[in-house]
Amino acid sequence: MPIEIPKDKWLGSIRTVTIGATSAEGGTRAKTVTVGGGTTMPYLHFKAPTPNKPAIAIEIKSRKPTDWSPLLAEVWGEAMADPAQWAKKAEEAGADLIVLALTVEDSPEDAVKAVKSVLGATGLPLIVWGPGQAEKDNELLVPVSEATKGEKLVLGICEDKNYRTIVATAMANGHLVQARAPMDVNLSKQLNILISDMGMPKDRILMDPTTGALGYGMEYGYSVMERLRLAALQGDAMTQFPMIVTPGFEAWKTKEAKVGEGVPEAWGDWKARAVNWETLTALALVESGADILVLRHPESVKRVKDTIEELITA
Amino acid sequence: MALSGIQIYKLLPQTNCKECGFPTCLAFAMKLAAKQVELGACPYVSEASKKQLAESAAPPIRLVTLKADGSEVKVGNEVVMYRHEKTFYNKPGLFLRVRASDPDLAKKVAQADAYKVNYVGMDFTLNGYAIEADGDLASAVKAVREVTKRPLILISNDAAALDSSLSLLAGETALIYAASESNYESLAEVAKKHKAVLAVKADTLDALADLTQKIQAKGAEDMVLDLGGKNLGDWLMRSTQVRRLALKNFRPLGYPVIFFAAQNGVEKEAVYAAHAIAKYAGFVVIDTFAPEMIYPLLVLRENLYTDPQKPIQVQPGVYEINSPKPESPVLVTTNFSITYFAVANEVEGSGLPAWLVVTDAEGMSVLTAWAAGKFDAERIAKAIKGFNVADKVSRKRLVLPGHVAVLSGEVEEELPGWEVRVGPREAVDLPAFMKQALN
Ligand code: SF4
Repeated sequence: MPIEIPKDKWLGSIRTVTIGATSAEGGTRAKTVTVGGGTTMPYLHFKAPTPNKPAIAIEIKSRKPTDWSPLLAEVWGEAMADPAQWAKKAEEAGADLIVLALTVEDSPEDAVKAVKSVLGATGLPLIVWGPGQAEKDNELLVPVSEATKGEKLVLGICEDKNYRTIVATAMANGHLVQARAPMDVNLSKQLNILISDMGMPKDRILMDPTTGALGYGMEYGYSVMERLRLAALQGDAMTQFPMIVTPGFEAWKTKEAKVGEGVPEAWGDWKARAVNWETLTALALVESGADILVLRHPESVKRVKDTIEELITA
Repeated sequence: MALSGIQIYKLLPQTNCKECGFPTCLAFAMKLAAKQVELGACPYVSEASKKQLAESAAPPIRLVTLKADGSEVKVGNEVVMYRHEKTFYNKPGLFLRVRASDPDLAKKVAQADAYKVNYVGMDFTLNGYAIEADGDLASAVKAVREVTKRPLILISNDAAALDSSLSLLAGETALIYAASESNYESLAEVAKKHKAVLAVKADTLDALADLTQKIQAKGAEDMVLDLGGKNLGDWLMRSTQVRRLALKNFRPLGYPVIFFAAQNGVEKEAVYAAHAIAKYAGFVVIDTFAPEMIYPLLVLRENLYTDPQKPIQVQPGVYEINSPKPESPVLVTTNFSITYFAVANEVEGSGLPAWLVVTDAEGMSVLTAWAAGKFDAERIAKAIKGFNVADKVSRKRLVLPGHVAVLSGEVEEELPGWEVRVGPREAVDLPAFMKQALN
């Protein structure tokens, strides 16, 4: 006897957002990346297919990071000292997008130079993050935004305490923004409203719910993401933005990933554990509705991509 | 699904005879719906009504317990699709598959059985073993039983071998894997005889639902489902459909699910197992004993099965980070788990020693607790005094979270002799602060 499968009836859907512009579109990218568009909870194809699969971004920095795990230094090697080379290697590793994180040491000129060199080295769409200090973010992102007008970069990271300048320059120069709120559905919504109210078109906003790493509060982020996705499907316009998450950053902060010595034997092999930490953090976020995942280790990239492939080809 | 008072009323005699101690059948029905009385108080309920009421009281996903002499694993009894709707209750059992033909069988199980890992004060282990009958099952069961007291899954299609092996496990509840259309009659017999749980597999959910009903008719009640599926996406849909159907009280699929993580290769095992843990599996079977995989899987399971209404709170107290010395600084934070982990993680990662004092802020983050009056100068001082922090340090130097900079004056008053410093607002900035400002 055939079973009748209960299906949810949703009114809303996730907005479709495209990052990057080709020469025909006023930029220089070889290809663009489109995410979002989902009309169900993630990967429930008995309801509807997944219109755009989640994209993988690899995070690189404008200067060689001094606080990254030696495991990451080992795999990226010399390229870490040169963002252009690093971006190329990231593209080879399977990235759909590059995240270039600027640092506090960068001057505005350095920042523009780094961004331009990455744009020159790869045809992938680009996300640019400031160093994470309000004044410095604005000081660097404004000239970057102006120097790359029309590329449809994503600029970030907007937070409630500092979003106006970034949103204004992104609007003026045809870019997108990444809006981050600290693991809270209402705070996410609120920031999305503030940014929309400034006049930013709704197909140029990515929301970043903040997730935490496996073992370090990830379950909060996981549930916030599920709730945001459900709210979006129920028709709440201010939660219908694709979600960008940063499992690479989160996982590689943890002791489990970062440290190889003086840890319990029960943690097992360091490298395999570290990559598992990043991969499983990312996987959980894929399940809960991530549209863009920013990763750091090429092996995690491969594993997460393979997983996504399986999820969308059921 | 629980019945309402009115629905229950319709199943009662409706004679208002008052023998139950209530003035009317309806009043009794209301109390029943609220679970404040037992059905037995009414002597006149028909057998048919009793059966219907018992069924409606049963959980939508059957609670299945595997038991051995040393431990048990309970799965099922779940009530939601998403953890925020209530919580996920019974953590999936993580089982290691071993082979009866393996000459090192006992050694491998003994090694895995000794595995124990600590995560925020809790010790985690594997939950049991699945023995693949590619050799003599009974002797494998004997060998394994000598080295572990955890529950077992027996993987075999041979009813006779299962029968003799289960005889060795008297008093236990094991799981038999797996009944299919071709062998369910004999396996159901064995399961019934030994009170074992029976895994059931079929290619489609329709076939699976048919099969569980046939097995139930044979008298085997405790079942577990193998959903099949060619890859993760396929399995996710089946697993979601089964959970949805079960929660809508579709009994034939109201059982926990078993998942084999290495079915498409050991290189995918970690991801497969994680996927199953997140998406409704009741038993997850892995093939590789690798602590670097098992530890993150156990943490993932713990995280997702934490009650979202009751965030894990950290025990208030003094935490030593990076072996602090008397001259190391004293950092203060709240006992909200995320807050604690954020701070502890940053400080740990920096390599700098510190004493971290966790105050009882009723599980709230710094800002929330401060706004709610659960993290004020008085409470901070009480913690410092109560945990005798002054006895541990030579330099009385206290760092407050930047968000509560306003408290520094009051804290100084409450704690004479202490130098009170204001740290950064965010944990991520702590290492830099400690390097630059605390020397
Ligand atoms: S004893 Fe039964 S029949 Fe009598 S009033 Fe109570 S519920 Fe009704």
